Amino acid sequence: MNVLLELDDVRVSYRQPGRGRIQAVRGVSLSLGAGTVLGLVGESGCGKSTIAKAVCGLVPIDDGSITFRGEPVRRLGLRRRDPHAMRIQMVFQNPYASLNPRRTVGRQIEDGLRVNPDQAAWSVASLLEEVELEPAWASRYPHQLSGGQRQRIAIARAIASGPDVLIGDEPIASLDASLQARVALLMRKLALATGAGLLFISHDLSVVRVIADEVAVMNAGEIVEQGRVQRVWEHPEAAYTQRLLAAIPAVDGLGRLPG
Amino acid sequence: MTADDSGLRIRSLRVTIGRDDAENDILRGIDLEVPAGQVTGLAGESGSGKTMTGMSVMGLLPAAARVSGQILFEGTDLLELSPARLNAYRGSRIAMVFQDPTASLHPMLSIEGQLTDHYRSHTKVSKAAARKHALEVLEKVQVPDPEIALRKYPHQFSGGQLQRIAIASALMCSPSVLIADEPTTALDVTVQAGLLRLLRRLCDDLGLAILLVTHDLGVMSSLADRIAVMRNGEIVEAGDRYQVITAPTDPYTRSLIDALPATQTTGPEATP
Repeated sequence: MNVLLELDDVRVSYRQPGRGRIQAVRGVSLSLGAGTVLGLVGESGCGKSTIAKAVCGLVPIDDGSITFRGEPVRRLGLRRRDPHAMRIQMVFQNPYASLNPRRTVGRQIEDGLRVNPDQAAWSVASLLEEVELEPAWASRYPHQLSGGQRQRIAIARAIASGPDVLIGDEPIASLDASLQARVALLMRKLALATGAGLLFISHDLSVVRVIADEVAVMNAGEIVEQGRVQRVWEHPEAAYTQRLLAAIPAVDGLGRLPG
Repeated sequence: MTADDSGLRIRSLRVTIGRDDAENDILRGIDLEVPAGQVTGLAGESGSGKTMTGMSVMGLLPAAARVSGQILFEGTDLLELSPARLNAYRGSRIAMVFQDPTASLHPMLSIEGQLTDHYRSHTKVSKAAARKHALEVLEKVQVPDPEIALRKYPHQFSGGQLQRIAIASALMCSPSVLIADEPTTALDVTVQAGLLRLLRRLCDDLGLAILLVTHDLGVMSSLADRIAVMRNGEIVEAGDRYQVITAPTDPYTRSLIDALPATQTTGPEATP
């Protein structure tokens, strides 16, 4: 496997005013290869978003290393991100906050196209079609689109720059239930079609089960279990994973209470 | 449940905001029974009108809304009541729990205040009696250390505990109808499991009529006895839980269930 992104014993802590430091990530090792989807699941506060931020250089790490194609990921400062690091792209949870409200969606996708080393790879129109939107919508502003449509724009913008690694931090959490699986599958399709690796972070195990090849389960800053998604789903080994799976309400109409 | 008055009956409920034509209808003639001792589920996507249905019962619609139809509770049509008369029902006989407990509880009020202020204004009991009752209700919703909890403030609790406190606040006046609008949506699945158990127990033990509003068909399938599915302000399908989930007759319900990852096969290899 061609490893793109490697996390080795990463530790991240935050300072809490008056209460010392809280260890958000306690020694996490992960690797993401080209053309694979790694799901990272866990409940709120487990440290999964901190990992996403650390990979993008948005939070400093205390210990361990994060390397992208063999080079360490540097912390993001006020300067422009170096071209190497732009090969890592992110789709955030809230498409209402991640798009610029004062620019058309076409212009925002163009920003991504400009840094793509393969200039012929995409056009705004082809990307909009790829995310199942009308090419004519390039002239619209974000407020003219629904949440699901905005998230498709955010995905198109990330793909436009031709990333090697695509990170989705709860990218479907703010969408309607009937859209979630579709948008998640779209991310998978586009990431794999462009040969990128996808790190898909979610609290929703049932969606991760559908789109990921591998899954890592996180609890209290540590990875408690990792493996092929089917194996983890059918034969969870860690007690925490078993508890997490048992808590998902089944859609079988039998009125069984989970947990 | 025809002769029984202890639940809620909604008849031809229509709500319009803006110009008076069918285009602007938010609810287009809803008929719904919410019988006592049962959880009635209202499913649908955002914008389908499920929250508006709950808000109509509570009289919490925007001022510009025009409402017609009937909402019958104990033989009274709630839509006919003056605001003052409605207040005698609202929060006491009919209570509501919202999605986000950090928004529905007052951040500057101790838990004792959250639980006793409205209770005392409805019942005129002494402060000590209200406090005693609050302790019993906190016990009922399984908040640990009720004595200590009463002195704390919302920010000192986790989301799951806060939602239990919000439920306690709703139960203070011993309502017979509880409207729960996405009560577990903001919570982690393991915490959600505990709350679903609590709501089931309250329904069974207290004979509450619960109207459960949620987009989550997993939650629906485990808690609701009967399910109504809404789309564009209409109920497109209603029936027994098992029948609606396993053999929906309406194509829209079918598409909602098919879109769930839980109903798809494991692993990306199996998906197109």
